[in-house]
Amino acid sequence: MAGAAVLGRLGWRTASIAEVRPETPRVKTIALEVPGWPGHRAGQHVDIRLTAEDGYQAERSYSIAAPEDGERVELTVEEVDDGEVSPYLTAEARAGDELEIRGPVGGYFVWDSDYPGPILLVGGGSGVVPLMAMIRQRGAIPTTLVYSARTLGDVIYRDELERLAGGGLDIVLTLTRTQPQGWAGHSRRVDAELLAAVAPPPDQRPLAFVCGPTPFVEAVALALVDLGHDPGLVKTERFGPTGT
Amino acid sequence: MPPISRGFRGKRRDAPADRVPPGQYVTPDFPVLSAGPTPHRPIQEWDFTIVGEVDELHRWSWDEFQALPTETVTVDIHCVTRWSKLDTTWEGVSVDTLLEGIETEAEYATAFCDGGYTTNLPLEDLTGGKAWVASAYEGEPLDPEHGGPARLLVPHLYFWKSAKWVRGLGLSATDEPGFWESNGYHLYGDPWREQRYWGD
Amino acid sequence: MSDLVLDGNAAAGILHAVYGAEMTLAVGTCDSCAIAGPVGAVRLYRSAGLVLRCPHCDAVLMKIVSVGERVWIDSRGLRTLELSSEPAG
Repeated sequence: MAGAAVLGRLGWRTASIAEVRPETPRVKTIALEVPGWPGHRAGQHVDIRLTAEDGYQAERSYSIAAPEDGERVELTVEEVDDGEVSPYLTAEARAGDELEIRGPVGGYFVWDSDYPGPILLVGGGSGVVPLMAMIRQRGAIPTTLVYSARTLGDVIYRDELERLAGGGLDIVLTLTRTQPQGWAGHSRRVDAELLAAVAPPPDQRPLAFVCGPTPFVEAVALALVDLGHDPGLVKTERFGPTGT
Repeated sequence: MPPISRGFRGKRRDAPADRVPPGQYVTPDFPVLSAGPTPHRPIQEWDFTIVGEVDELHRWSWDEFQALPTETVTVDIHCVTRWSKLDTTWEGVSVDTLLEGIETEAEYATAFCDGGYTTNLPLEDLTGGKAWVASAYEGEPLDPEHGGPARLLVPHLYFWKSAKWVRGLGLSATDEPGFWESNGYHLYGDPWREQRYWGD
Repeated sequence: MSDLVLDGNAAAGILHAVYGAEMTLAVGTCDSCAIAGPVGAVRLYRSAGLVLRCPHCDAVLMKIVSVGERVWIDSRGLRTLELSSEPAG
Protein backbone atom coordinates (compact mmCIF):
# COMPACT_ATOMS: atom_id res chain seq x y z
CA MET A 1 0.00 0.00 0.00
CA ALA A 2 1.51 3.32 -1.00
CA GLY A 3 2.70 5.38 1.93
CA ALA A 4 2.02 2.65 4.47
CA ALA A 5 3.84 2.83 7.79
CA VAL A 6 7.43 1.94 7.15
CA LEU A 7 8.93 0.08 10.03
CA GLY A 8 12.39 1.14 11.02
CA ARG A 9 14.01 4.45 11.79
CA LEU A 10 12.82 7.41 9.77
CA GLY A 11 15.75 9.63 8.84
CA TRP A 12 16.62 12.68 6.82
CA ARG A 13 17.00 12.38 3.06
CA THR A 14 18.62 14.90 0.76
CA ALA A 15 16.24 16.56 -1.67
CA SER A 16 16.96 18.93 -4.49
CA ILE A 17 14.67 21.62 -5.78
CA ALA A 18 13.39 20.90 -9.26
CA GLU A 19 11.17 23.92 -9.68
CA VAL A 20 9.78 26.91 -7.81
CA ARG A 21 6.55 28.31 -9.23
CA PRO A 22 4.34 31.12 -7.99
CA GLU A 23 0.77 30.48 -6.89
CA THR A 24 -0.13 33.90 -5.45
CA PRO A 25 2.01 36.96 -4.62
CA ARG A 26 3.00 35.43 -1.26
CA VAL A 27 2.77 31.73 -2.02
CA LYS A 28 4.97 29.44 -4.07
CA THR A 29 4.97 25.75 -4.87
CA ILE A 30 8.35 24.10 -4.44
CA ALA A 31 8.77 20.85 -6.36
CA LEU A 32 11.40 18.59 -4.85
CA GLU A 33 13.15 15.55 -6.26
CA VAL A 34 13.81 13.06 -3.49
CA PRO A 35 15.82 9.98 -4.45
CA GLY A 36 14.35 6.95 -2.71
CA TRP A 37 11.05 8.62 -1.84
CA PRO A 38 8.71 5.85 -0.64
CA GLY A 39 5.51 7.54 -1.76
CA HIS A 40 2.95 9.30 0.39
CA ARG A 41 -0.77 9.75 1.07
CA ALA A 42 -2.84 12.89 0.72
CA GLY A 43 -2.83 14.86 3.98
CA GLN A 44 0.63 13.84 5.09
CA HIS A 45 3.39 16.32 5.70
CA VAL A 46 7.15 16.43 5.74
CA ASP A 47 9.76 18.00 7.99
CA ILE A 48 12.23 20.20 6.10
CA ARG A 49 15.66 21.07 7.47
CA LEU A 50 17.95 23.78 6.15
CA THR A 51 21.63 24.03 7.03
CA ALA A 52 23.62 27.22 6.63
CA GLU A 53 27.31 27.25 5.71
CA ASP A 54 28.36 27.61 9.34
CA GLY A 55 26.21 24.68 10.43
CA TYR A 56 23.25 26.67 11.73
CA GLN A 57 20.05 24.70 11.18
CA ALA A 58 16.35 25.43 11.09
CA GLU A 59 13.52 22.97 10.74
CA ARG A 60 9.87 23.42 9.74
CA SER A 61 7.00 21.19 8.69
CA TYR A 62 5.08 21.58 5.43
CA SER A 63 2.08 19.74 4.05
CA ILE A 64 2.46 17.84 0.82
CA ALA A 65 0.38 19.55 -1.86
CA ALA A 66 0.10 16.93 -4.58
CA PRO A 67 -0.58 13.21 -4.77
CA GLU A 68 2.19 10.67 -5.06
CA ASP A 69 4.35 11.09 -8.16
CA GLY A 70 7.42 8.89 -8.05
CA GLU A 71 10.27 10.77 -6.43
CA ARG A 72 8.64 14.17 -6.80
CA VAL A 73 7.25 15.89 -3.72
CA GLU A 74 5.45 19.21 -4.02
CA LEU A 75 5.09 21.63 -1.15
CA THR A 76 3.19 24.89 -1.25
CA VAL A 77 4.71 27.48 1.06
CA GLU A 78 3.34 30.83 2.17
CA GLU A 79 5.86 33.54 3.00
CA VAL A 80 5.43 34.36 6.67
CA ASP A 81 6.30 37.97 7.55
CA ASP A 82 9.53 37.97 9.45
CA GLY A 83 9.76 34.21 9.11
CA GLU A 84 13.00 32.32 9.09
CA VAL A 85 12.47 29.46 6.66
CA SER A 86 9.55 30.51 4.47
CA PRO A 87 11.24 33.69 3.14
CA TYR A 88 14.17 31.50 2.09
CA LEU A 89 11.95 28.95 0.35
CA THR A 90 9.76 31.50 -1.39
CA ALA A 91 12.29 34.18 -2.32
CA GLU A 92 15.79 32.73 -2.39
CA ALA A 93 15.64 29.02 -3.18
CA ARG A 94 16.00 27.97 -6.80
CA ALA A 95 16.29 24.82 -8.91
CA GLY A 96 19.31 22.79 -7.91
CA ASP A 97 19.43 23.92 -4.30
CA GLU A 98 19.46 21.19 -1.69
CA LEU A 99 17.72 20.69 1.61
CA GLU A 100 16.82 17.78 3.87
CA ILE A 101 13.42 16.16 4.07
CA ARG A 102 12.00 13.69 6.57
CA GLY A 103 8.79 11.87 5.87
CA PRO A 104 6.15 11.35 4.83
CA VAL A 105 4.50 11.47 8.23
CA GLY A 106 1.18 12.23 9.80
CA GLY A 107 -1.06 9.20 9.38
CA TYR A 108 -3.68 10.87 11.54
CA PHE A 109 -4.54 13.60 9.02
CA VAL A 110 -4.76 11.28 6.05
CA TRP A 111 -7.75 10.98 3.81
CA ASP A 112 -8.83 7.38 3.64
CA SER A 113 -10.49 6.65 0.31
CA ASP A 114 -12.43 3.79 1.93
CA TYR A 115 -14.52 6.15 4.07
CA PRO A 116 -18.17 5.47 3.18
CA GLY A 117 -19.41 9.06 3.47
CA PRO A 118 -18.92 12.54 2.09
CA ILE A 119 -15.73 14.49 2.81
CA LEU A 120 -15.76 18.01 4.22
CA LEU A 121 -12.57 20.00 3.79
CA VAL A 122 -12.25 23.35 5.58
CA GLY A 123 -9.15 25.41 4.97
CA GLY A 124 -7.99 28.84 6.13
CA GLY A 125 -5.27 30.52 4.09
CA SER A 126 -2.39 28.12 3.47
CA GLY A 127 -4.40 25.47 5.34
CA VAL A 128 -5.80 24.58 1.93
CA VAL A 129 -2.52 22.89 0.97
CA PRO A 130 -3.03 19.39 2.41
CA LEU A 131 -6.69 19.60 1.42
CA MET A 132 -5.62 20.22 -2.18
CA ALA A 133 -3.62 17.00 -2.15
CA MET A 134 -6.85 15.26 -1.13
CA ILE A 135 -8.89 17.02 -3.81
CA ARG A 136 -6.36 16.14 -6.48
CA GLN A 137 -6.87 12.45 -5.83
CA ARG A 138 -10.50 12.30 -4.68
CA GLY A 139 -11.86 10.29 -7.58
CA ALA A 140 -15.66 10.36 -7.33
CA ILE A 141 -16.07 10.84 -3.57
CA PRO A 142 -18.57 13.63 -2.81
CA THR A 143 -16.42 16.41 -1.40
CA THR A 144 -17.11 19.92 -0.15
CA LEU A 145 -14.26 22.41 0.18
CA VAL A 146 -14.88 25.48 2.31
CA TYR A 147 -11.92 27.78 1.74
CA SER A 148 -11.36 31.06 3.54
CA ALA A 149 -8.91 33.55 2.05
CA ARG A 150 -8.41 37.26 2.61
CA THR A 151 -8.85 38.37 -0.99
CA LEU A 152 -9.40 36.74 -4.37
CA GLY A 153 -5.72 37.25 -5.15
CA ASP A 154 -4.84 35.14 -2.09
CA VAL A 155 -6.79 32.11 -3.27
CA ILE A 156 -4.18 29.42 -3.89
CA TYR A 157 -4.81 27.03 -6.82
CA ARG A 158 -7.69 29.24 -7.97
CA ASP A 159 -7.69 28.25 -11.63
CA GLU A 160 -7.33 24.57 -10.86
CA LEU A 161 -10.14 24.66 -8.31
CA GLU A 162 -12.42 26.29 -10.87
CA ARG A 163 -11.56 23.55 -13.36
CA LEU A 164 -12.07 20.72 -10.88
CA ALA A 165 -15.36 22.00 -9.46
CA GLY A 166 -18.40 19.92 -10.28
CA GLY A 167 -18.81 16.18 -10.57
CA GLY A 168 -19.31 15.87 -6.83
CA LEU A 169 -16.75 18.53 -5.80
CA ASP A 170 -18.45 21.55 -4.26
CA ILE A 171 -16.22 24.59 -3.74
CA VAL A 172 -17.32 27.29 -1.32
CA LEU A 173 -15.06 30.30 -1.23
CA THR A 174 -15.26 33.05 1.36
CA LEU A 175 -13.20 36.21 1.01
CA THR A 176 -12.95 37.80 4.41
CA ARG A 177 -11.01 41.02 3.88
CA THR A 178 -11.88 42.50 0.50
CA GLN A 179 -14.07 41.20 -2.31
CA PRO A 180 -13.93 42.09 -6.00
CA GLN A 181 -16.54 44.31 -7.58
CA GLY A 182 -19.79 42.41 -7.99
CA TRP A 183 -18.71 39.51 -5.79
CA ALA A 184 -21.74 37.30 -5.19
CA GLY A 185 -20.01 34.78 -2.96
CA HIS A 186 -19.42 34.72 0.80
CA SER A 187 -17.47 37.20 2.84
CA ARG A 188 -18.13 36.03 6.38
CA ARG A 189 -15.71 34.05 8.53
CA VAL A 190 -16.21 30.31 8.45
CA ASP A 191 -18.65 30.02 11.32
CA ALA A 192 -21.57 27.79 12.29
CA GLU A 193 -23.97 29.72 10.08
CA LEU A 194 -21.84 29.32 6.97
CA LEU A 195 -21.12 25.67 7.70
CA ALA A 196 -24.80 24.92 8.33
CA ALA A 197 -25.59 26.41 4.93
CA VAL A 198 -22.95 24.69 2.82
CA ALA A 199 -21.53 21.63 4.56
CA PRO A 200 -23.06 18.14 4.45
CA PRO A 201 -25.33 17.89 7.50
CA PRO A 202 -24.31 15.81 10.53
CA ASP A 203 -26.71 12.99 9.68
CA GLN A 204 -24.63 12.28 6.55
CA ARG A 205 -21.64 11.74 8.85
CA PRO A 206 -19.09 13.61 6.75
CA LEU A 207 -15.43 13.09 7.58
CA ALA A 208 -14.07 16.59 8.15
CA PHE A 209 -10.50 17.82 7.74
CA VAL A 210 -9.86 21.30 9.11
CA CYS A 211 -6.54 23.00 8.47
CA GLY A 212 -5.08 26.47 8.87
CA PRO A 213 -3.93 28.88 11.57
CA THR A 214 -4.66 27.63 15.08
CA PRO A 215 -7.41 30.16 15.91
CA PHE A 216 -9.19 29.35 12.62
CA VAL A 217 -9.03 25.61 13.19
CA GLU A 218 -10.29 25.86 16.74
CA ALA A 219 -13.22 28.09 15.81
CA VAL A 220 -14.24 25.81 12.94
CA ALA A 221 -13.87 22.59 14.94
CA LEU A 222 -16.00 24.05 17.73
CA ALA A 223 -18.62 25.23 15.23
CA LEU A 224 -18.83 21.79 13.62
CA VAL A 225 -19.28 20.09 16.98
CA ASP A 226 -21.88 22.68 17.98
CA LEU A 227 -23.78 21.90 14.78
CA GLY A 228 -23.94 18.26 15.81
CA HIS A 229 -21.01 16.72 13.96
CA ASP A 230 -19.31 13.82 15.73
CA PRO A 231 -16.02 15.14 17.20
CA GLY A 232 -14.41 11.84 16.24
CA LEU A 233 -15.09 12.71 12.60
CA VAL A 234 -13.42 16.13 12.80
CA LYS A 235 -9.70 15.96 12.17
CA THR A 236 -7.65 19.07 12.75
CA GLU A 237 -4.25 20.24 11.63
CA ARG A 238 -3.31 23.49 13.35
CA PHE A 239 -0.55 25.44 11.66
CA GLY A 240 0.26 27.59 14.70
CA PRO A 241 -0.15 31.34 15.12
CA THR A 242 -1.18 33.30 12.03
CA GLY A 243 1.81 34.73 10.18
CA THR A 244 1.10 38.46 10.01
CA MET B 1 27.70 16.41 7.11
CA PRO B 2 24.23 17.52 5.99
CA PRO B 3 23.87 19.24 2.61
CA ILE B 4 24.22 23.00 2.75
CA SER B 5 21.17 24.93 1.60
CA ARG B 6 22.78 27.56 -0.61
CA GLY B 7 21.98 31.08 0.49
CA PHE B 8 20.25 30.13 3.74
CA ARG B 9 21.22 32.27 6.70
CA GLY B 10 18.22 32.39 8.97
CA LYS B 11 17.34 35.44 11.02
CA ARG B 12 20.51 35.66 13.01
CA ARG B 13 22.08 38.95 13.90
CA ASP B 14 25.77 39.55 14.32
CA ALA B 15 26.89 40.35 17.84
CA PRO B 16 30.15 40.69 19.78
CA ALA B 17 31.46 37.23 20.68
CA ASP B 18 31.82 38.03 24.36
CA ARG B 19 28.05 38.61 24.57
CA VAL B 20 27.07 35.34 22.87
CA PRO B 21 27.62 32.00 24.60
CA PRO B 22 28.87 29.06 22.51
CA GLY B 23 26.32 27.62 20.10
CA GLN B 24 23.92 30.55 20.45
CA TYR B 25 22.56 32.93 17.83
CA VAL B 26 21.22 36.40 18.43
CA THR B 27 17.62 37.00 17.45
CA PRO B 28 15.72 40.25 17.11
CA ASP B 29 12.52 38.47 18.10
CA PHE B 30 11.23 37.30 21.44
CA PRO B 31 9.99 33.82 20.55
CA VAL B 32 7.18 32.55 22.70
CA LEU B 33 7.78 29.00 23.81
CA SER B 34 5.40 27.29 26.17
CA ALA B 35 5.15 23.89 27.75
CA GLY B 36 1.41 24.31 28.12
CA PRO B 37 -1.57 26.63 27.88
CA THR B 38 -1.18 30.16 29.27
CA PRO B 39 -2.70 30.14 32.75
CA HIS B 40 -5.17 32.90 33.53
CA ARG B 41 -5.26 33.16 37.29
CA PRO B 42 -7.31 36.10 38.58
CA ILE B 43 -4.93 38.50 40.27
CA GLN B 44 -6.84 38.39 43.58
CA GLU B 45 -5.99 34.69 43.74
CA TRP B 46 -2.29 35.18 43.00
CA ASP B 47 0.27 34.81 45.73
CA PHE B 48 3.96 34.12 45.99
CA THR B 49 5.10 31.74 48.72
CA ILE B 50 8.38 30.46 50.06
CA VAL B 51 7.94 26.99 51.48
CA GLY B 52 9.89 23.90 52.44
CA GLU B 53 13.04 24.15 54.56
CA VAL B 54 12.04 27.42 56.17
CA ASP B 55 11.17 28.56 59.67
CA GLU B 56 7.64 29.35 58.56
CA LEU B 57 5.71 29.81 55.32
CA HIS B 58 6.26 33.23 53.80
CA ARG B 59 3.51 34.64 51.61
CA TRP B 60 2.86 37.78 49.61
CA SER B 61 -0.45 38.61 47.99
CA TRP B 62 -0.31 40.54 44.71
CA ASP B 63 -0.84 43.83 46.55
CA GLU B 64 1.87 42.99 49.07
CA PHE B 65 4.17 41.93 46.27
CA GLN B 66 3.56 45.17 44.38
CA ALA B 67 4.55 47.10 47.53
CA LEU B 68 8.02 45.56 47.59
CA PRO B 69 10.99 47.53 46.25
CA THR B 70 11.82 46.71 42.64
CA GLU B 71 14.84 47.03 40.42
CA THR B 72 15.08 47.68 36.70
CA VAL B 73 17.74 45.55 35.07
CA THR B 74 18.99 45.16 31.51
CA VAL B 75 20.30 41.69 30.83
CA ASP B 76 21.04 39.24 28.03
CA ILE B 77 18.94 36.08 27.93
CA HIS B 78 19.94 32.74 26.43
CA CYS B 79 17.47 30.03 25.52
CA VAL B 80 18.66 26.45 25.24
CA THR B 81 16.94 26.25 21.83
CA ARG B 82 19.91 28.39 20.68
CA TRP B 83 18.49 31.88 20.44
CA SER B 84 19.89 34.73 22.55
CA LYS B 85 18.38 38.13 23.03
CA LEU B 86 20.62 40.96 24.14
CA ASP B 87 19.81 43.97 26.28
CA THR B 88 16.37 43.02 27.52
CA THR B 89 14.98 45.25 30.25
CA TRP B 90 12.93 43.93 33.12
CA GLU B 91 11.49 45.27 36.32
CA GLY B 92 11.18 42.96 39.27
CA VAL B 93 11.68 42.20 42.93
CA SER B 94 15.11 40.82 43.69
CA VAL B 95 14.96 37.30 45.14
CA ASP B 96 17.38 38.67 47.78
CA THR B 97 14.54 40.92 48.93
CA LEU B 98 12.14 37.98 49.14
CA LEU B 99 14.63 35.87 51.08
CA GLU B 100 15.62 38.66 53.44
CA GLY B 101 15.36 37.54 57.02
CA ILE B 102 14.36 34.01 56.10
CA GLU B 103 16.11 31.32 58.11
CA THR B 104 17.02 28.26 56.12
CA GLU B 105 19.62 25.52 55.89
CA ALA B 106 18.51 24.75 52.36
CA GLU B 107 21.01 24.85 49.54
CA TYR B 108 18.56 24.32 46.70
CA ALA B 109 15.26 25.68 45.51
CA THR B 110 12.53 24.58 43.16
CA ALA B 111 10.48 27.28 41.48
CA PHE B 112 6.87 26.18 41.08
CA CYS B 113 4.32 27.76 38.77
CA ASP B 114 0.73 27.97 37.67
CA GLY B 115 0.27 25.22 35.08
CA GLY B 116 2.57 22.84 36.96
CA TYR B 117 5.99 23.79 35.56
CA THR B 118 8.96 23.48 37.90
CA THR B 119 12.67 24.16 37.67
CA ASN B 120 15.46 23.61 40.19
CA LEU B 121 18.41 25.83 41.07
CA PRO B 122 21.06 26.14 43.78
CA LEU B 123 19.99 28.82 46.25
CA GLU B 124 23.32 30.49 45.59
CA ASP B 125 22.19 31.15 42.00
CA LEU B 126 19.06 32.91 43.19
CA THR B 127 20.87 35.26 45.55
CA GLY B 128 23.58 37.88 45.41
CA GLY B 129 21.76 40.03 42.87
CA LYS B 130 21.46 37.26 40.29
CA ALA B 131 17.70 36.68 40.20
CA TRP B 132 14.38 38.50 40.26
CA VAL B 133 10.68 37.85 40.21
CA ALA B 134 9.87 40.08 37.25
CA SER B 135 6.50 41.62 36.49
CA ALA B 136 7.39 44.10 33.75
CA TYR B 137 9.27 43.78 30.46
CA GLU B 138 10.45 46.77 28.42
CA GLY B 139 8.44 49.09 30.63
CA GLU B 140 5.12 47.28 30.25
CA PRO B 141 3.37 44.80 32.53
CA LEU B 142 4.55 41.32 31.62
CA ASP B 143 2.34 39.76 28.95
CA PRO B 144 0.69 36.46 29.97
CA GLU B 145 2.34 34.82 26.94
CA HIS B 146 5.72 35.77 28.33
CA GLY B 147 4.94 34.68 31.87
CA GLY B 148 2.77 37.45 33.31
CA PRO B 149 1.79 38.47 35.90
CA ALA B 150 5.22 37.43 37.19
CA ARG B 151 8.04 35.15 36.14
CA LEU B 152 11.36 34.18 37.57
CA LEU B 153 14.31 35.87 35.88
CA VAL B 154 17.71 34.19 36.24
CA PRO B 155 19.66 35.46 33.22
CA HIS B 156 23.00 33.84 34.01
CA LEU B 157 21.47 30.39 33.38
CA TYR B 158 19.63 29.08 30.33
CA PHE B 159 16.22 30.66 30.08
CA TRP B 160 14.23 27.52 30.89
CA LYS B 161 15.27 28.30 34.47
CA SER B 162 13.43 31.65 34.25
CA ALA B 163 10.14 30.02 35.02
CA LYS B 164 7.00 31.64 33.66
CA TRP B 165 3.93 32.12 35.86
CA VAL B 166 6.04 31.56 38.97
CA ARG B 167 4.13 31.26 42.22
CA GLY B 168 6.86 30.46 44.70
CA LEU B 169 10.05 28.76 45.75
CA GLY B 170 10.36 25.49 47.61
CA LEU B 171 13.62 25.37 49.55
CA SER B 172 15.31 22.03 50.18
CA ALA B 173 18.55 20.36 51.16
CA THR B 174 18.56 18.38 47.94
CA ASP B 175 18.58 19.31 44.27
CA GLU B 176 15.31 17.99 42.82
CA PRO B 177 15.18 17.89 39.01
CA GLY B 178 12.32 19.96 37.64
CA PHE B 179 10.11 19.65 34.55
CA TRP B 180 12.92 19.66 31.97
CA GLU B 181 15.82 18.65 34.21
CA SER B 182 14.14 15.31 34.75
CA ASN B 183 13.96 14.71 31.00
CA GLY B 184 17.34 15.38 29.47
CA TYR B 185 18.13 18.98 30.31
CA HIS B 186 21.15 19.77 32.46
CA LEU B 187 20.58 20.13 36.19
CA TYR B 188 22.48 23.43 36.35
CA GLY B 189 22.40 24.97 32.87
CA ASP B 190 25.31 27.42 32.50
CA PRO B 191 25.22 28.79 28.92
CA TRP B 192 28.89 29.79 29.05
CA ARG B 193 29.91 26.18 29.66
CA GLU B 194 27.21 25.04 27.22
CA GLN B 195 25.50 22.85 29.81
CA ARG B 196 22.40 22.03 27.81
CA TYR B 197 21.82 18.29 28.34
CA TRP B 198 22.59 15.48 30.78
CA GLY B 199 26.24 14.68 30.65
CA ASP B 200 27.33 18.03 29.22
CA MET C 1 -7.02 29.03 24.03
CA SER C 2 -3.39 29.59 23.14
CA ASP C 3 -2.39 30.36 19.57
CA LEU C 4 0.71 28.29 20.13
CA VAL C 5 -0.87 24.89 20.43
CA LEU C 6 -0.59 22.40 17.57
CA ASP C 7 -1.97 18.90 17.04
CA GLY C 8 -0.04 15.80 18.02
CA ASN C 9 0.11 15.10 14.28
CA ALA C 10 2.75 17.83 13.98
CA ALA C 11 5.11 15.64 16.03
CA ALA C 12 4.66 12.77 13.57
CA GLY C 13 8.21 13.14 12.22
CA ILE C 14 10.06 12.98 15.53
CA LEU C 15 7.74 10.25 16.85
CA HIS C 16 8.31 8.11 13.77
CA ALA C 17 12.05 8.70 13.96
CA VAL C 18 12.09 7.61 17.60
CA TYR C 19 9.59 4.75 17.68
CA GLY C 20 10.31 3.43 14.23
CA ALA C 21 6.66 3.49 13.24
CA GLU C 22 3.90 5.96 12.40
CA MET C 23 2.59 6.88 15.85
CA THR C 24 -0.16 9.41 15.18
CA LEU C 25 -2.84 6.73 14.90
CA ALA C 26 -1.73 4.98 18.08
CA VAL C 27 -4.37 5.34 20.77
CA GLY C 28 -3.15 6.73 24.07
CA THR C 29 -4.98 6.59 27.40
CA CYS C 30 -4.38 9.59 29.63
CA ASP C 31 -3.11 8.57 33.05
CA SER C 32 -4.92 11.53 34.67
CA CYS C 33 -8.43 11.38 33.22
CA ALA C 34 -8.39 7.92 31.59
CA ILE C 35 -9.87 9.22 28.32
CA ALA C 36 -8.33 7.61 25.23
CA GLY C 37 -7.73 8.99 21.77
CA PRO C 38 -5.30 9.05 18.83
CA VAL C 39 -1.87 10.59 19.43
CA GLY C 40 -2.45 12.72 16.32
CA ALA C 41 -5.29 14.50 18.11
CA VAL C 42 -3.54 15.47 21.34
CA ARG C 43 -2.34 19.01 22.02
CA LEU C 44 1.26 19.73 21.17
CA TYR C 45 3.31 22.55 22.67
CA ARG C 46 6.81 23.48 21.58
CA SER C 47 9.05 24.70 24.34
CA ALA C 48 12.59 23.64 25.30
CA GLY C 49 11.23 20.31 24.08
CA LEU C 50 7.91 18.99 22.83
CA VAL C 51 5.09 18.58 25.30
CA LEU C 52 2.07 16.49 24.36
CA ARG C 53 -0.98 17.19 26.51
CA CYS C 54 -4.32 15.49 26.89
CA PRO C 55 -6.96 17.32 24.82
CA HIS C 56 -9.53 16.65 27.55
CA CYS C 57 -7.75 17.53 30.80
CA ASP C 58 -4.47 19.20 29.67
CA ALA C 59 -2.33 16.77 31.70
CA VAL C 60 1.15 16.13 30.31
CA LEU C 61 1.13 12.88 28.32
CA MET C 62 4.67 12.98 26.96
CA LYS C 63 7.75 15.17 26.98
CA ILE C 64 10.27 14.77 24.16
CA VAL C 65 13.73 16.34 24.08
CA SER C 66 15.92 15.57 21.09
CA VAL C 67 19.35 16.71 20.00
CA GLY C 68 21.22 14.97 17.23
CA GLU C 69 21.08 11.27 17.92
CA ARG C 70 19.95 11.65 21.55
CA VAL C 71 16.31 11.62 22.54
CA TRP C 72 14.73 11.68 25.98
CA ILE C 73 11.10 10.70 26.33
CA ASP C 74 8.97 10.90 29.45
CA SER C 75 5.70 9.11 28.78
CA ARG C 76 4.51 8.66 32.37
CA GLY C 77 1.40 10.64 31.52
CA LEU C 78 0.31 7.89 29.14
CA ARG C 79 -1.20 4.97 30.98
CA THR C 80 -1.34 2.86 27.84
CA LEU C 81 -0.42 3.23 24.21
CA GLU C 82 -2.24 0.95 21.80
CA LEU C 83 -0.70 0.31 18.41
CA SER C 84 -2.05 -1.91 15.66
CA SER C 85 -0.08 -3.22 12.74
CA GLU C 86 -0.99 -2.31 9.19
CA PRO C 87 -3.34 -4.82 7.57
CA ALA C 88 -1.62 -7.06 5.05
CA GLY C 89 -1.80 -6.24 1.32
